[in-house]
Amino acid sequence: MSLPFLLEIGTEEIPDWMIAPALLHLQSLFQELLDQNRLSASSLKTDGTPRRLILHAEGLPARQADSEELVSGPPKAAAFKDGQPTGAALGFARKMGVEVSALEVQATARGEYVCFRKKTVGRQTRDILAALLPDLILKIYFPKTMYWTGKGGPRFIRPIRWLVALLGDEVVPFEVAGVCSGDRTYGHRLLGGKELQVNSLNYEQILKENFVLVSPAQRRARIEAGIAALGVKVKPDPALLDTLVYITEYPTPILGSFDPEFLKLPEEVLVTVMRHHQKYFSVEDAEGRLAPQFVAVMNTNADPEGLVRRGNERVLRARFNDARFFWNVDQHKKLADRVADLAHVTFQTKLGSYLDKTKRVAKLVRRLGGSSHAVRAAELCKCDLTTEMVKELTELQGVMGGLYARAQGEPEEVWRAIYEHYKPASMEDSIPATPAGRLVALADKLDTLQGCFRVGLVPSGSRDPFALRRAAQGVVKILVEGKLVLPLGRLIGRDAALAEFFLDRLRYYFKDVRGFCYDEVNAVLAAGWDDLTDVESRLAAIRAVRPTENFEPLAASFKRIKNILRQAEIQVGQAVPPAIDAALLEPGPEADLFSAFARLRSRVKRFRKKKEYQAALEAIASLRPRVDLFFDKVLVNAPDSQIRQNRLTLLHNLLKESSAIADFSEIVTSQ
Amino acid sequence: MDSFQEVLFKLKNYWSQRGAIVQEAYDLEVGAGTMAPETFLRVLGPKPYRVAYVQPSRRPADGRYGENPNRLYKHWQLQVILKPSPADVIDQYLASLEAIGIDLGKHDIKFEEDNWESPTLGAWGIGWQVMLDGLEITQFTYFQQCGGIDLDLVPAELTYGLERLTAFLQGKDSVYDIEWAPGVSYGDVRLADEVQFSVYNFEMADLATLWKLFGLHEKECQRLLDAYKDYPDKRRFPVLPAYDQVLKCSHLFNLLDSRGAISVTERVAMIGRVRKLALGAAQCWMDQSGAEALQ
Repeated sequence: MSLPFLLEIGTEEIPDWMIAPALLHLQSLFQELLDQNRLSASSLKTDGTPRRLILHAEGLPARQADSEELVSGPPKAAAFKDGQPTGAALGFARKMGVEVSALEVQATARGEYVCFRKKTVGRQTRDILAALLPDLILKIYFPKTMYWTGKGGPRFIRPIRWLVALLGDEVVPFEVAGVCSGDRTYGHRLLGGKELQVNSLNYEQILKENFVLVSPAQRRARIEAGIAALGVKVKPDPALLDTLVYITEYPTPILGSFDPEFLKLPEEVLVTVMRHHQKYFSVEDAEGRLAPQFVAVMNTNADPEGLVRRGNERVLRARFNDARFFWNVDQHKKLADRVADLAHVTFQTKLGSYLDKTKRVAKLVRRLGGSSHAVRAAELCKCDLTTEMVKELTELQGVMGGLYARAQGEPEEVWRAIYEHYKPASMEDSIPATPAGRLVALADKLDTLQGCFRVGLVPSGSRDPFALRRAAQGVVKILVEGKLVLPLGRLIGRDAALAEFFLDRLRYYFKDVRGFCYDEVNAVLAAGWDDLTDVESRLAAIRAVRPTENFEPLAASFKRIKNILRQAEIQVGQAVPPAIDAALLEPGPEADLFSAFARLRSRVKRFRKKKEYQAALEAIASLRPRVDLFFDKVLVNAPDSQIRQNRLTLLHNLLKESSAIADFSEIVTSQ
Repeated sequence: MDSFQEVLFKLKNYWSQRGAIVQEAYDLEVGAGTMAPETFLRVLGPKPYRVAYVQPSRRPADGRYGENPNRLYKHWQLQVILKPSPADVIDQYLASLEAIGIDLGKHDIKFEEDNWESPTLGAWGIGWQVMLDGLEITQFTYFQQCGGIDLDLVPAELTYGLERLTAFLQGKDSVYDIEWAPGVSYGDVRLADEVQFSVYNFEMADLATLWKLFGLHEKECQRLLDAYKDYPDKRRFPVLPAYDQVLKCSHLFNLLDSRGAISVTERVAMIGRVRKLALGAAQCWMDQSGAEALQ
């Protein structure tokens, strides 16, 4: 007989962003529980709202499968003398709780042994679940948990208030944090009933009748349909939509409006207030301009009297009034007059104030060859932290500075650079559009990275409170996509941990974001990564040359050369290899390789200088038949030490010439 | 339509019917109802407690000379502590909104994640801001730690923003237009207060005096805390007066901060100084309660 299973963990309101990950974890914990207990389900799925985490399973057996285990006893020779059981056999049978006649003999590699086939009858699934679910529930991972029953009590994201656990028609009985499982659920806080009896068939329907849509997909669809029915076009905002799906049990969008007079404020301010502070969608008119309207999503079924709409309109009016007040007040003091105030804004305790940071960033921009406008932007870029607007709407830092700078008559290059200096906000976000913006963004991030690493604030695991990964990723993206030829290695300085950190970001960027093969990335980075635009060119060259017939075999040969040199204890490093003595070369493959290499060398150098890496690589790859022949016919370890040394020198030169582009030995070849 | 004071009466009455002691506001400057000893000290230890009081809360930096319709130097909080929190605490809270005339069936209520933390008090909790039709009306917190001490019983703290709530009920855009009592507006009662304290806090307070006062109160507090160890009859020891000195320091810190008189390095150090006193007072209180329980 196969049974459905339903688990509902009823809680107080869980933070929206934690629900989907918790459901995933719940499902995998349950799958583990099944696997570890010889149980299986034909299907598993989860649903969830702010007040409930739900797991549905289909096709669970009523009972665990029976099991059989072969328990090994004494050797047959010791267990039976003349066909009669000895003390050893009797003792083993007693231990197993059976007569000697129930024992059997098994042939093993070590000889014949007495053993017992122990059969265990499977336990009831219900009993297994009842025993294991309390632990499973408390094991669900949340980023921050609380206790509520008293010190030392169980921890969960929010208090657990009810539990539904049904296997078929029967309650799976257990207790968590003083709450006993049962078959009663709760509807919507305001519109639904309490202690509603459910079974696994009518569960969703009963909750729906009590204004709870348990499926996030259904709530999403209801929001989308609701917005469509309002007849307006909202600014697409998937993150906001996600939040609203997980902050409601019965979402209903409504349309509100505000005084068009507020449209005189910058759009950035209006949208931020609506989005971040009120969780409203902005509305666009037919031309894509901001309309004096908004869409709020209620957690209830309707607003027939317009009370909720008017309430939200009033709140938004107050917020916009605040914003207008901030905008006007902030104009009384120019950004340039706020620089000194930054002494009172902490950047990081050990790294001083934003005034200190500003000075460092401006200096770095100068060092990077920034224009006077770029330096000006660097000097002003943090000043908006002292404005009322940014104190209130922190999301607008940078953007606000740019808008104020524009209003205060700063040149376009300056205000744009301030506006964009936090970009890119993510790997998907674009880099600043202007050269000055790129330099300021770069210097700001580099300063944060250097400073934090210097005082030991290094990200570990999932902990990265200063978003240093994002900052480093931003540096990489700006350098590569902005085609900035700047010495990253020198900018980082001598901090080995920071260099390693950057190397990880570079691998991630070129491999996962740009799609280069991991061995190509390793090969190119091993040949240096001071100039990221150069790294990109070298990668593109390798990608282009890799499919050609000579490349991989040659890479394999280079690996061989590297090994030979290592065995000969020759360091292939920065040093220039010694010159080859042509007189010592043996005619035939060795002399041929040398002359081909000598002809090639200046050409490769020329290509490299012009960054025509593909041509350089193709030229190097053309050596392949000669390299093969050399290894085939010539003994590197010649008995004469002078000749041997000269051959090693030849190989050393060859390797050196190519490894300025990439370390070929990192290329994974089939040979 | 209820006046400001009517809303206040109804809420106090509501919670008194649910077993809360109704207290008056604490008579020192505090930044929030949480800082009053009725919360800060009473949440410590294993003794159940229920209390409700209206606490005028002073935040010098929020002063706007009475010119901003929503922002006040001093606002009124209704502070409710339910220790331990009952299982139906949210239902009880929602019913309190019904009690002041909000028909919840016609409105939109959301609980949005908002965890509360006060580094100065060594206190933090988990909770929400409660949104009514998009307006934040209450901060709801399950305290986890106070004065650096893990709490034996987890209290629920409900902090109602009374001006906002009343403005919502009365449909007013400016707090100054709220009707405090029939025929008397909030502005009639409080505008002068807002203007004068903004002027004092932002323009006229003598920084040297404030620094000096901070030092004096800190010293007095520390002197008392140091005396606790050797004080013979713990039951009589003045922990509460010591905590008053903490509150004085905290308010002076806020005043200095609102003037931008505290540099970055000083700021961290100052928070640390107040925190040290707050933690010391909490420890004494715990120890003293333990000593009392043994008698």
